[in-house]
Amino acid sequence: MSSATPLLEIDKVALHFGGLAAISDLSISVNSGEVLAVIGPNGAGKTSMLNLVTRVFDASRGSILFKGEDIARLPRARIAHLGIARTFQNIELFDAASVLDNLLLGRHRFGAGAWWQQVLRTPALTRREEAHRARVEEVIEFLDLSPWRNAPVAGLPYGVRKVVELGRALCAEPEILFLDEPASGLNPEESRDLAFWIDDIRSDLGITVVMIEHDMALVNAVADRVICMAQGRVLAQGTAAEVQAHPDVISAYLGA
Amino acid sequence: MRFDYHTRYRQGFALLRHRSDWLSYGLLAAALLALPMLASTYLVGELGYVFILCIASMGLMALTGFTGQVSLGHASFVAIGAYAHAWLMAQGVPFAASLPLAALISAAAGLVVGIPAIRVSGLYLAMVTLAFAIVVEQIIGMWRGVTGGYMGMMVETPQLLGLSLGSPRVFYYVCLFVAALVLLALANLMRSGIGRAFTGVRDSEAAAYALGIEVNRVKVGAFGLSAGITGLAGGLMAHHIGYLTPDAFTLLLSLDLVLMVVIGGIGSLRGAILGAVLISLLPNAVAALKSLLPAAMARQTGLEIFVAGLVLALFVLFEPTGLNGRWLKLRALIESFPLYRRDMFRRQKTYMKSERNR
Amino acid sequence: MNTAWEVFAQVTVNGIAVGAIYALVAMGIVLIHKATEVLNFAHGDLLVLSAFSAWALITHVGLPFWAVVPLVGAGIGVIAYGLDAVIVRRIAGQPQFAGVMLTIAMAFMIRGAVSMGFGPESQSYDTPWTGQTSELGGVAIGNLSLVIMGVSLGIAAALWLFFRHTRLGVAMQAASQNQLAAHLNGVRVKRLNSLVWALAGVTAAIAGMFLAPLSLVDTSLWLITLKALAAIVLGGFGSLPGALIGGILIGLIEQYAGVYLPDGSRDIAPYLVLIVVLILRPRGILGDAHGRRV
Repeated sequence: MSSATPLLEIDKVALHFGGLAAISDLSISVNSGEVLAVIGPNGAGKTSMLNLVTRVFDASRGSILFKGEDIARLPRARIAHLGIARTFQNIELFDAASVLDNLLLGRHRFGAGAWWQQVLRTPALTRREEAHRARVEEVIEFLDLSPWRNAPVAGLPYGVRKVVELGRALCAEPEILFLDEPASGLNPEESRDLAFWIDDIRSDLGITVVMIEHDMALVNAVADRVICMAQGRVLAQGTAAEVQAHPDVISAYLGA
Repeated sequence: MRFDYHTRYRQGFALLRHRSDWLSYGLLAAALLALPMLASTYLVGELGYVFILCIASMGLMALTGFTGQVSLGHASFVAIGAYAHAWLMAQGVPFAASLPLAALISAAAGLVVGIPAIRVSGLYLAMVTLAFAIVVEQIIGMWRGVTGGYMGMMVETPQLLGLSLGSPRVFYYVCLFVAALVLLALANLMRSGIGRAFTGVRDSEAAAYALGIEVNRVKVGAFGLSAGITGLAGGLMAHHIGYLTPDAFTLLLSLDLVLMVVIGGIGSLRGAILGAVLISLLPNAVAALKSLLPAAMARQTGLEIFVAGLVLALFVLFEPTGLNGRWLKLRALIESFPLYRRDMFRRQKTYMKSERNR
Repeated sequence: MNTAWEVFAQVTVNGIAVGAIYALVAMGIVLIHKATEVLNFAHGDLLVLSAFSAWALITHVGLPFWAVVPLVGAGIGVIAYGLDAVIVRRIAGQPQFAGVMLTIAMAFMIRGAVSMGFGPESQSYDTPWTGQTSELGGVAIGNLSLVIMGVSLGIAAALWLFFRHTRLGVAMQAASQNQLAAHLNGVRVKRLNSLVWALAGVTAAIAGMFLAPLSLVDTSLWLITLKALAAIVLGGFGSLPGALIGGILIGLIEQYAGVYLPDGSRDIAPYLVLIVVLILRPRGILGDAHGRRV
């Protein structure tokens, strides 16, 4: 494909739970600036792949290179600091906090000042908080979240919660953004909004997007490249049309 | 009806956002400062004790309320703070140095107890703290050389710059000062990055990790912070009691602190203070109640603990957000009048959700 | 040499005897926790209530011990059923912490009520076995302790049979695995949970009635909850065999520490072991490890 080195390269990675192989010999590379969709039947190992990259699970074999650095053994909390952000399949928001605080938490990797500054609330810290707040407001503007700004997340409609989670990941200003089934549970209108946003995230914010998704309409609308996974390995990759026409993919979905 | 109109972000995160807040908190401060001139010595002493409990309750709130780690053994940190302070003073360390040192010693103990928090959480962690408190209580009883064992230990009169702080009226101001300091520091901390990291760890560890929060460090650090503040309360309590014995720091004190935090309202400093005030006034209220009851019932012991249990049960069942939640509703009612609707705070129906695999 | 062995054997027997009581209390708590995920801190106070009730029936009414046991057992069972049906049921779906707080509240109320109703003084009563000892292979043991061991094992066996072989028991197991699924399959989950409470209440009552004559009838008996909790954690939450083994382990640790370790270590040894075990094996000895899915 492209001659430049990929932004993220998953190389011959395996993941075992006891004797069960969730992922075996998986190799995926993500190019800078693309929207990559990962599809595949349930249990194909898509979310496991994402959990490997974000260090929720330990890979039993292989390497994961992000901008040339192997991140497969890094501590879990380091990943965000490299510029990798994600959302979760079953929304993981900070329920008791407001939308604003959730988004501000997205800014965590840029630092919040020394503890003594926080205790004393020094002018420098106030300025820093204001700078964070300004960036958060940009995201609120971008995703149309202003009606909910001060509402506690717990009471929000499902669709809004999904958008808040996307916003929180954007506040971390990642280089690569992983979306785990962003459209699941959304109504068609919300799905359409999402398609526009993903497009803007890539072209306006310059963020590479990897999206695990079942909704083929969304995939067709935004993905530059599609990878189909089944049983822990890559089955086919290419454009959306190519992958959907691939005989292995069809048989994987039909369960032949 | 009140509308917020902000032109700068810092107006949004000010502690006191409205002119009415300045007025009401100013009045409260003035009343607290003037009180010792007006009230009886007994009342002033009791109120000083309420401030001490407020500090301890804020300490526990920092842990249980903000990071969601339940401690059923916080009396042990009160005890460590109290004994460390009393022992340091007996060695000749001046009051002003000994109190922070005692808090640091307690914080160190908190870090040690916090280490298991990396591995265990929820009920298991609560059991670790409970076990730790029982162990501490026994060790204090056995370590006669330092603590005087079950015989007890005298606490020296506090002095600052050659002036005695021993009288209840002066000590009242010391407690008020420390409580205000702790409140301000915690309020600042909780509206900054560390406070946000605390709530992040409480509400979703997975997301906290994904945002780059060092979950384990936050958990252990919260234990240290909480234990330090609680130890500070312990140091002051040593002076209030005057003579330390292990049975001042039993499981009941731990449970009382948990009661304060829960009744006050998890996750709010205002709640910690309201809870501490309510729980410390409860015995007096029960005593007043007894004079109204028939003599046969009033003579019985056990009424006090029964009422404490009843109050707790009512709060858990009918107002899980505690006194703070009640307060917020009241304020919303006043501020949004006449647009307030009953359903504004209606609770959503919840279903049994397993926490076994958390 | 010989005497050292005799001491060891004696201490071991004592440990098992004490541990049997802990195990009995622990099993009651595990029953409720397994079914409803509520950790019942009021269990020890049900035990106090049963001890005082038994004392009142024996001393004031003059009933014989064997008649009191089923009476108080049934009474506490009904009370426990009521506690769940009227109070605890309301917080289903709230975090575990709410359950802990609510049962602590109930514990306070029961303790306060017992103290008001029966008076704050310690009492005592005799059982048919009080003061008798038997000798087994050179080891002396109180007959009452033997009875308690028998009762504990009997209850453990009965519970095992109940959960294995009765319709109700299987339904309870199903509900403890997945309440919603059980509900959809026609299991009346609410009533079932209350029945579990009743069952646990009966075990608490029996534990209380047999334990009180060993020490005193006193409100401080509730402290056995702490030992039982330690036993549960050691055994890994949520397993009846774990509670049984954990209880006996705690009993043994306590007795060995009292004899072989310095003064005062008896009271802290179980808790030190608890802390160490939780750090090394966070899910207890018999517990299984589960990660959380994201």
